[in-house]
Amino acid sequence: MNLLEILPIALLGAICGLDFVSFPQAMISRPIVGATAGGAIAGSAPEGLLIGVVLELLALDTRPFGASRYPEWGTAGVTGGAVFAAVGAGRPGALPVAVFVSLVTAMISGSSMVALRKLIGARAASVRTLIDAGSGGAVVGLQLFGLTADLARGFLLTMIAVALALPLAMGTVAIWGLPHTLSNAIVIGLAGAVAGGAIWKFFTAGTRTGWLFLAGLVIGLGFVAAR
Amino acid sequence: MTRTRVPFMIRLSTCVRLFAVQGSWNYEILLGNGIGFCAEPALRLLPGGRDGERYRSALARQSRYFNAHPYLASVAVGALTRAELEGVDPAKIERFRTALAGPLGSVGDRLVWSGWLPLCSLLALGAYGIGGTAGFVVALFLITYNAGHIALRAWGLKVGFSKGTEVAQSLASPALRRAPEWIERAGALLAGIAVPTAVERAIGIGGELSAAAIGAVLIGGVVLARIPNNSVGWRLALGVLSCVVLYAVLI
Repeated sequence: MNLLEILPIALLGAICGLDFVSFPQAMISRPIVGATAGGAIAGSAPEGLLIGVVLELLALDTRPFGASRYPEWGTAGVTGGAVFAAVGAGRPGALPVAVFVSLVTAMISGSSMVALRKLIGARAASVRTLIDAGSGGAVVGLQLFGLTADLARGFLLTMIAVALALPLAMGTVAIWGLPHTLSNAIVIGLAGAVAGGAIWKFFTAGTRTGWLFLAGLVIGLGFVAAR
Repeated sequence: MTRTRVPFMIRLSTCVRLFAVQGSWNYEILLGNGIGFCAEPALRLLPGGRDGERYRSALARQSRYFNAHPYLASVAVGALTRAELEGVDPAKIERFRTALAGPLGSVGDRLVWSGWLPLCSLLALGAYGIGGTAGFVVALFLITYNAGHIALRAWGLKVGFSKGTEVAQSLASPALRRAPEWIERAGALLAGIAVPTAVERAIGIGGELSAAAIGAVLIGGVVLARIPNNSVGWRLALGVLSCVVLYAVLI
């Protein structure tokens, strides 16, 4: 994949990265959306959806509460979807490696958000006098600065992540020693367990919700058995 | 106090700006500048316009430290803008602003981040689990989630503009109080259906390996649910995955 092919993926990463916190928070940054779109650009939306589902299960474990630190799934989903589709879903190890790449990207991207917030804080301090004097230009300017910096953050991060991860993923998959189905089952099972634990914590604190979860589980397992 | 009618175009401008309310989020003033940014178009209606003293003092006041859930910040923007336009005493506005921040944060976090978002996420996973295509799953998630998201922002701005400093009554409405509970119940039921079906379809081969994976999901889920700290699971998953990758390339 050359620079021109990475460019639209980086643009998508920029949009998803911006959506995560700054604008418009419409959740196009969720991995099930970002990875599917990233996969579609790299050649296969269904493959993007597969890794998007795995990452979405993992993302259920995190909540973007205010000032807390959390992984940034926007750029991570796009990167994972693009890498998975480009490597080829049928190759043993492609899914675990792409999920690993996504999780590392999510972690680094989360840290880049902390750095961005500090940068905006420094900018806010430098125009504090103007804002305290009620300058409309300073208020709007600070907002536009933050939005632009976040867009640039997502773009650069996705571009670097895909450019670095793709050759590494290709190399790793070439020497992968576990069977395809077992590799996929491990990573999907792991994501499912993380989602199960998170859901149990968040959704079963209320009255009768534990029983509802178990009722749903019976229906779900019944559907699986019937299929 | 005077009642100033906010023209439709200014309401629309405020509404659009609300989607970028977190654009300059930082650790010093959190959402503060975003509130000023969203209120700014309506504050131009104050006597003297953009060059007037009242505009400047109101904008400076609204751009100070503030914290709230980003969607429910619309309530604060509407209510504070109306208070400024009505000429409420600045000291009272400051006190009202401080009092508003806590409830808007906690109500929004429970309603959206711990309720609506995971519910819609599970709906999409369930749609995938029963065989949905990529387009269908993504569209279902985005349409469902944003129906609630946009409705909440629009309701917040409307109620803020109409109630002003009396907006606290609306936040205590039975619908808003009970919604997280209903969402939790629906989420619990949906989770039980969505997780095993999505895992089974993602593995894609059926048979013993799928059954073993679903069994491992249930056991792993119970173990992870017993860990008291939140957001630990994905870090553990990264650790385990690192070991798997290392093992698979070394054997």
